[in-house]
Amino acid sequence: MLFGFYLSWRATRLHRVHHRVDTTRVALEAALARRRTAALALAAADGTEATAALAAAARTAGEASLTGERDLAESTLSRALRDCLEFRDQDRCWGMLRPQLAEVEAAAKGVHMARTFHNAAVSDTRRARRSVLVRTFRLAGTAPLPDYFEIDDEPPRLPLLPVGPDTL
Amino acid sequence: MRVGLVCPYAWDVPGGVQQHIGDLAEALLGMGHEVSVLAPVGGADGVRTPGYLVPAGRPVPVPYNGSVARLSFGPRTAARVRRWISEGDFDVLHIHEPFAPSVSLLACWAAEGPLVATFHTSNPRSRAMAVSSAALRSAMEKINGRIAVSEAARRTLVEHLGGDAVLIPNGVAVRRFASAEPLPGWPGPGGSIGFLGRLDEPRKGLSVLLEAFTLMAPARPSLRLLVAGPGDPAAAMAAVPEHLRERVVPLGRLDDADKVRAYHSADVFCAPNLGGESFGIVLTEAMAAGAAIVASDIPAFSAVLDRGAAGELFTTGDPAHLAERAGALLDDPGRRAELSRAARRAVHAYDWETVAADVAHVYQTVLTRGGAGRGEPGGVRLDTGPRATALLRRETR
Repeated sequence: MLFGFYLSWRATRLHRVHHRVDTTRVALEAALARRRTAALALAAADGTEATAALAAAARTAGEASLTGERDLAESTLSRALRDCLEFRDQDRCWGMLRPQLAEVEAAAKGVHMARTFHNAAVSDTRRARRSVLVRTFRLAGTAPLPDYFEIDDEPPRLPLLPVGPDTL
Repeated sequence: MRVGLVCPYAWDVPGGVQQHIGDLAEALLGMGHEVSVLAPVGGADGVRTPGYLVPAGRPVPVPYNGSVARLSFGPRTAARVRRWISEGDFDVLHIHEPFAPSVSLLACWAAEGPLVATFHTSNPRSRAMAVSSAALRSAMEKINGRIAVSEAARRTLVEHLGGDAVLIPNGVAVRRFASAEPLPGWPGPGGSIGFLGRLDEPRKGLSVLLEAFTLMAPARPSLRLLVAGPGDPAAAMAAVPEHLRERVVPLGRLDDADKVRAYHSADVFCAPNLGGESFGIVLTEAMAAGAAIVASDIPAFSAVLDRGAAGELFTTGDPAHLAERAGALLDDPGRRAELSRAARRAVHAYDWETVAADVAHVYQTVLTRGGAGRGEPGGVRLDTGPRATALLRRETR
């Protein structure tokens, strides 16, 4: 009886970490989609050569989200964002694009957060699945072992562009 | 958004974590969120308790993490925690120091739903101990979003728990530091340099500043040094020649209001730290006060000062270089004003309003549910304990 109780406690915990992986995955997808949209919006509002590579990277990432080669495409988008925004020449007038820039910055931060939380959930789940008890009693059922999502998600640094609460 | 913040340490005892939670709560309120803070309250007289504070019981002094912490633990506190959670109807619960054996850990056990945790300290030993226990591991597994306030705290987390955390540094309440009257008699006509920090901790670098002062003093007969902070200055002062000592003015430990005034009391503010500083809250406070800063070029300071644009940098541990930089600043009021403006601009990135926006972004990320959360109730609720159905449900997962 006591053992049954303990087993159900372990199963509840396992269910919880699996659930966490599911929700963090959804949040990650949402964050990635928001970043692609933000990058495209910035490129569209700018409309010059400087952001053309950004738009291309965002479109590639969008297509990859359907086909599966995602990690590479999303990393490329991260790099494109940094190249475009960090090494911008100071003479260029970005003043008009402030709202778009703020949205891109917030969205890039969001991707980093969502991915960090997702990978933490995956790590907790994989650790729980390693336990002898969980394997012996097949507590995880048929649930697949979750995978880490590894990309380069370093957000661009825009030091003189404070992100206000209104950009969330 | 309805946010529940949990503070493990006694609210009426001053401390970094309490200050952090109070500032965060006020910034979140300013952004239009609803906030409730649960903390032990000791009932000391004359302590102002803000409206958002919910007392969780009387704290007991316990040796923890190498010092004496005032914590609250036990069945009565646990009952209060459960009531606070069930009556609070929170969208997200933000637990600080989740492994502190106090209301934080109790809240971790009692709650289920969107949980965010902030890790402040980086004490490897207590952390390693904590994770080995199954009860603590189960608390850890509930946390959807982890925040570390410094790179050091994040590293300990990764090493001992596996799984990463988002880095969101401490904020500085810029408005609180923005303006104040200088302390009486300061900065004085002959120029002055200010220092804030523990006097007897070598890493804070007071000895470097005193050596630099000794180099500068002969050529500047009325230059004075303002030294504020707790600790015994005797050891560091021994390096200063006898006849110069009266121009080094130790003010001892200052209360909050006087600390703000101290930042406005010197012509040049110096942060001579030798390293180990994960972030440098003193530096951001000085920037918020609009001080003309000269700081050592350790990576953290260089980053905060925007690689020298918001304050002069000198070679870490080099008194001659510090003397040269500080002297140049003392002679050039125009440059000081320029640095002051730049510092006020750069500190904006560390303002609580900015930092709280990042924390709110974490809440938002944790609350994103989409299709996966369908059918399950949202928001924070009480943990109902093990469910036998979890054993049956496993096949459908």
